[in-house]
Amino acid sequence: MEIPVVRNLLEANDILARRLKERFAAGQILALNLISSPGAGKTALLERTLTDLREEFTMAVIEGDLQTDNDARRVAATGARVVQINTGGGCHLDGAMILEALNTLALDRVDILFIENVGNLVCPVEFDCGEDHKIALLSVPEGDDKPEKYPLLFHLAALLLVNKTDLLPYVEFSLDRAARLAKQLNAALPVLPLSCKTGEGLNAWYDWLRAAREAKRAT
Amino acid sequence: MHEMSLVASLLDIARQEMRSRSAAKILRLRVRYGALANIVPDAFLLAFEIMTRDQDLAGARLDLVEEPLLLACGGCGREFSPAPLPTALFASCPLCGEEIGHRILAGKGLFLDRLELA
Repeated sequence: MEIPVVRNLLEANDILARRLKERFAAGQILALNLISSPGAGKTALLERTLTDLREEFTMAVIEGDLQTDNDARRVAATGARVVQINTGGGCHLDGAMILEALNTLALDRVDILFIENVGNLVCPVEFDCGEDHKIALLSVPEGDDKPEKYPLLFHLAALLLVNKTDLLPYVEFSLDRAARLAKQLNAALPVLPLSCKTGEGLNAWYDWLRAAREAKRAT
Repeated sequence: MHEMSLVASLLDIARQEMRSRSAAKILRLRVRYGALANIVPDAFLLAFEIMTRDQDLAGARLDLVEEPLLLACGGCGREFSPAPLPTALFASCPLCGEEIGHRILAGKGLFLDRLELA
């Protein structure tokens, strides 16, 4: 007996993601899923942001890593609430891990929740963690052809941050080319170059955060 | 890279379908994966083989079918399926030549779409 069925293999995760979205909506929490290669500067970006906007927003972080709590300790040093998830080899965070993390992370009065995904440009893109937006973070030593190689991330992202612009004089990286390739996939994608080391460009990122937070509050 | 976790959810879904239809055995399953779903078919098949060995689903056969990419042109809206190259998302529209802003209509999903039960 042959039967046609149409069942999405990610349906279990999608159900959990919907539950997370309801929870974030109830608290008017802006949830952002930060996706990049390992070493692109996700944690450095959070350290700067959590420090610079400390007076303006209450922020919390879910840290995803295969092993260690190094990143969680760096983030906790800024005074933000943080919980570490160790995936023990898993290549991405998923809805079930985020729900579990929320058991130990108090979200009362939180304005912005950052989900720092496992460093990987492939798998994290497939698993909705209930976020409002995916943010793609690229760093200039990685090369400007990343959007061509990992199109789905750039297609789905709401923002592209290009970090380590202080290294532009030393590496082969064209901001124009990276932005053009990304916009071919996603015409409306804002591209913000910045350097977490020198602070260049961070204000534009903070303005984007303010606007996204405001939009979330208005819903 | 995450084929094991996808096969685990495939097996959950298949067992649910088997129970809800009071079937005794699953003979064959078909999974349709989008060209952009980041699936490595060999890894998926290997995970399936290992995870069904010596289980209630032992001997079930898995067919994988790729769902081609279907785009709507960012310029004129014409629907087209570009050649399966890594740069397919930037393909020029056959009608107007536009390369920017195409919408993905099909090719990023991952579905169980057919089951053969006994």
